[in-house]
Amino acid sequence: MHTQEVGKPMDIFIATLPQQIINGLTLGAVYALIALGYSMVYGVLQLLNFAHGDVYMVGAFIGYGVMMAFIPESGPLFAPVIIIILMLLVAMLGCGVLGIVIEQFAYRPLRNSPRIAPLISALGVSFFIQNAIQLTLTAQFRNYETEKLIAPAAGIDLGFARLSATRALVIVTAIVLMIVLQYLIKRTRLGKAMRAVAIDREAAAMMGVNVDRVIIFTFFIGSALAGAAGVLTGIVFTRVWHFMGFAAGLKGFTAAVLGGIGNIPGAMLGGFILGLAETFAVGFISATYKDVVAFVVLIIVLLLRPRGLLGARIPQKV
Amino acid sequence: MSNNGTKTTLLRLEDINTYYGPIHILQGVSLEVFAGELVCLLGGNASGKSTTLKTILGIVKPASGRVVFNGEAIQNQPTGYRVERGMAVVPENRRIFGSMSVLENLEMGAFLRHDRDGIKADFERILGLFPRLKERLHQLGGTLSGGEQQMLAMGRALMSRPKLLLMDEPSMGLAPKLVEQNFELIQQVNQQGTTVFMVEQNANMALSIAHRGYVVQTGRIVLADEAKNLLDNEQLRKAYLGR
Repeated sequence: MHTQEVGKPMDIFIATLPQQIINGLTLGAVYALIALGYSMVYGVLQLLNFAHGDVYMVGAFIGYGVMMAFIPESGPLFAPVIIIILMLLVAMLGCGVLGIVIEQFAYRPLRNSPRIAPLISALGVSFFIQNAIQLTLTAQFRNYETEKLIAPAAGIDLGFARLSATRALVIVTAIVLMIVLQYLIKRTRLGKAMRAVAIDREAAAMMGVNVDRVIIFTFFIGSALAGAAGVLTGIVFTRVWHFMGFAAGLKGFTAAVLGGIGNIPGAMLGGFILGLAETFAVGFISATYKDVVAFVVLIIVLLLRPRGLLGARIPQKV
Repeated sequence: MSNNGTKTTLLRLEDINTYYGPIHILQGVSLEVFAGELVCLLGGNASGKSTTLKTILGIVKPASGRVVFNGEAIQNQPTGYRVERGMAVVPENRRIFGSMSVLENLEMGAFLRHDRDGIKADFERILGLFPRLKERLHQLGGTLSGGEQQMLAMGRALMSRPKLLLMDEPSMGLAPKLVEQNFELIQQVNQQGTTVFMVEQNANMALSIAHRGYVVQTGRIVLADEAKNLLDNEQLRKAYLGR
């Protein structure tokens, strides 16, 4: 009797664990992509871009628009793979440009102001984008018609868990984007300039780095990753609306802080850990606590390790 | 390009006025550096010497006056343009990129160059000049000792193969022995053909290696002479110590 009482929930836990991990990695992949943009912008400007979640939302809508344009009643115009790639590319490009515009109008004029000013400007941009989308596209939910591109039954049965094709797509796409980003930052001239600006903006300028251009690129890349995250969210969770960026932005921010804000691998790690934690909370405790988890994680990190898991100690300016 | 006897002017500041907000920092500063020279600008704290250097580099824009480099008025050009045309700086406190490797720091010095072969040749030359850096190529810049960081900052600046090397307070934050080494190095670089303009508080040290010197006090040039004359100039001591 006794062992059965203890054993039963334990058995369920073990039986569902692999599936929860897959679900957590899917969610984590999205959070990681959002966190990257937060962290990169913070790295070069020490600015928390609170409009970042709304850029992600715009990406989800651009992806939706492209999807609908290429899937009329008669069925998809191209092979599903091509449509998905187009959705990602158009959303990334659109969001990248949106990021540049936000930087030019909302942050650049405040570059030399006290740090609170661009922060308030960021919140203003966030409200502006949300309301602009609500005004033009209404507050209705839209649904990605993913089933027209990827059969819901498609996937691999791993025996202990099922990896659906949509989840595999999300995880693989996110990882590919992260590898490309890592290459860009570590190996290219632009990446080196970005790191130099993040370490010491004036010293980078003294080496001849065009700091403004580096900041523009940073916003472009960070926002493009958020756009990709928006499309991936639409593909796997299907429902998009104008307010989805608020919670996602906070989760991305939490993931960035968890990993160590300004640290690129940290943002990836933080995203996956947060996705797993949230999924476990939903699966093993209650869905009610889904959003609580992220903020509990944030509070614990800020209390115990404010620099995050991989973050460097706050540099001392001499 | 103007000629003064056989000497060619590499850098000339003409009546520079610079403000930080309402504060008039540089008040009509004019000076000249000839090709091949080692010139120092002496002055105490808040005398305007760092601002002069930043004006030359384009980090600070003057309200009026001209900066002429290699015959071209560049006061309205961004820093990158000036670096591309042959300026390089060893900043105050060195400003090494701490979380980048020694190799990457050196590569940053050649950021605007595209001549692969030339960069490679300079890279080898600089590692020959600083064998210590060669041993630590893949170490992070921030883990180097103060003396090694100074070598790295110098090597980084030389990676752009500058016509004019700007040194901002090379004695700052270094142990006395390292200061001496550092000045010998500056002299060596100058003797190998690089023009050097140095901003420094340590007047004796700077004048011991410089050809000529200027003294700046509250934003004005108050003295300009050959280094050896300045060394025993009574007025220099006054200007220098008179705060």
